[in-house]
Amino acid sequence: MIIGEQKSLSEIAAMLEGQRKILIAGCRSCVAICLVGGEKEVAVLAESLRLLSSLKGKGWEVEEVTVERQCEKEWATELGARVQGKDAVLSLACGVGAQTIQSMYPAVRVLPGLNTSNMGAPEEAGVFLERCGGCGDCVLHLTGGICPIARCAKSLLNGPCGGSQGGRCEISPETPCAWEEIHRSLERLGRLDLLEEPIPPKNWLPARDGGPRRIVRKEAVLTDEQKRAKGGRA
Amino acid sequence: MRIVGFCCERGPEQAIDLAGEKGLRYPADLVFIKVPCAGRIDIVHLLQAFREGADAVLVLGCLEGNCHHVYGNLEARKKVDRAKLILDEVGLGGYRLEMFHVASNQPFRIPELALEMASRVERVGPSPLAVRR
Repeated sequence: MIIGEQKSLSEIAAMLEGQRKILIAGCRSCVAICLVGGEKEVAVLAESLRLLSSLKGKGWEVEEVTVERQCEKEWATELGARVQGKDAVLSLACGVGAQTIQSMYPAVRVLPGLNTSNMGAPEEAGVFLERCGGCGDCVLHLTGGICPIARCAKSLLNGPCGGSQGGRCEISPETPCAWEEIHRSLERLGRLDLLEEPIPPKNWLPARDGGPRRIVRKEAVLTDEQKRAKGGRA
Repeated sequence: MRIVGFCCERGPEQAIDLAGEKGLRYPADLVFIKVPCAGRIDIVHLLQAFREGADAVLVLGCLEGNCHHVYGNLEARKKVDRAKLILDEVGLGGYRLEMFHVASNQPFRIPELALEMASRVERVGPSPLAVRR
């Protein structure tokens, strides 16, 4: 899932300066799980902005809406009627959701209420950890199911660096050394032999280094006729 | 002065009733809103009370370790802490909001806490929103 953090109220207020009719749009998917963009968080932010508006005379008219997934056009279509007549939409979805609704409703300014951070997972209630670097060339089968790209600060592929101390990374005592964890995992699996095979220098072209990625599943792509039959929706 | 008190219907509400029975006096402009558990209170409710013109808001939960719903009072405290930060951010001041733990046999705490919140309001002045109303 995608992990995000809400921008500070002062940052959001600065973005909304000069706007009057505002729609706060939440998303019930990843950002609801990481407690920054679901229905509840939309309600709290809306009330905070209404309070700020009353105090500072901003004149904001704040409405709330939350859809199942802002990043999918099928769900984002639900926003249609609510977006009409608004000066700005403050999206509490990740950057993907915010961009999707901006492309669907180009006449309205879509503002990001969140800073999208990473692809991760909830570790415990309220704690979210980065788990995948999205490098486009997964090596989890060689590393005991632990991603060295996302979980090693240096994304090393063949063992720990000199900064690994007592199983912890040098960047923070709260961060476990990914290679310590990889070793332990392979030991549990009885596959320490995998460590004897060096992983060659990584091809970063499938990662962000190759530019924005486009993945096409030919069998799922609709023909023009099929698109027309579906009412223009791809 | 308008003070809103959200109170759990278990310990705190009984303490309020007992305070009434004993004739303990507290400011008449303190309005209590009964909730099934302090944990039921949401940040939105707290902020809404201020937007409607409350000068101060207090939340009364049961004593720690004595919640009928186990963690309700602790959850309430977390929400109050978060709401205080929001109040600081919007410029109203988190000191206008406070959470207290009260048992049913502590009626004397009610006037104490009411006076505490009233004196906070006296120190910083009424809410700008209350003045506008």
